[in-house]
Amino acid sequence: MIAASFTPASSLLGGAMIGLAAALLLLANGKVAGVSGILARCLAPERGDLAWRIAFLCGLPLGATFVIWLTGDPHGFSISDRFPVLVAGGLLVGFGTSLGGGCTSGHGVCGLARGSKRSLLATLTFMATGALTVFVARHVLGAG
Amino acid sequence: MPVLVSLLCGLLFGAGLAVGGMTNPAKVIGFLDVTGAWDPSLAFVMGGALSVNAAAYALTRRRSAPLFAERFTLPTLLDVDRELVTGAALFGVGWGLVGLCPGPALASLLRGELPVYAFVLPMTAGMWLERRRRLYSAGGHR
Repeated sequence: MIAASFTPASSLLGGAMIGLAAALLLLANGKVAGVSGILARCLAPERGDLAWRIAFLCGLPLGATFVIWLTGDPHGFSISDRFPVLVAGGLLVGFGTSLGGGCTSGHGVCGLARGSKRSLLATLTFMATGALTVFVARHVLGAG
Repeated sequence: MPVLVSLLCGLLFGAGLAVGGMTNPAKVIGFLDVTGAWDPSLAFVMGGALSVNAAAYALTRRRSAPLFAERFTLPTLLDVDRELVTGAALFGVGWGLVGLCPGPALASLLRGELPVYAFVLPMTAGMWLERRRRLYSAGGHR
């Protein structure tokens, strides 16, 4: 069953914008647009390697907020209000992306575009455990 | 110039996340909920991003260097290892629990929503912890 919230056109457009951003970062600066890596390497930066990271990371909320303001946020925003879940989720995402060397953008968008075998395996793995987690939380435990 | 380009890329990336609906955690969970009311939107975001970005990677093979840097800085690891799979698996669990991955989490920082901060601070701490662990673990993965 396909959800009523499905937005093929705007999601394809948003994806193309993300792809364009990643392509520009690569062709202009030679860098991979993997958000977890860009953030994680800010924590112990190498000399001369910090400013572009901060600039990119600042752009994320500014760009998103501008679109949300412009469009009136048609997709909405709904997030868990259970703090233990948020904290555990955050720790797992941070630790896991650092250990696995990438997230949805680094492995899923950039790595797959490069034809990386590591990124394909990583993407299949986090999609699988993500889907399994939602299945257990939603359909076994019956939460939200 | 490279810093300005980075800012522009971040702006466009964040804007793309919002246009594509990836800034709504419930929508991402809807994609992962394959046995429920499935929302395939995230696959369309990835498809759009991949097709544009794959063209860029094809271009890098014809160029020796990017416009504003000496060389392309690309991942050097080629082999699949246990850390890759374990890390991706743990990331997926956290992603499924909340519906946020690093990009959308940072893109949501200006919403002023407390749950976003309750996610982003531990996320950053988790990255820091993993990098500390690396320093102390023998074995020599970078």
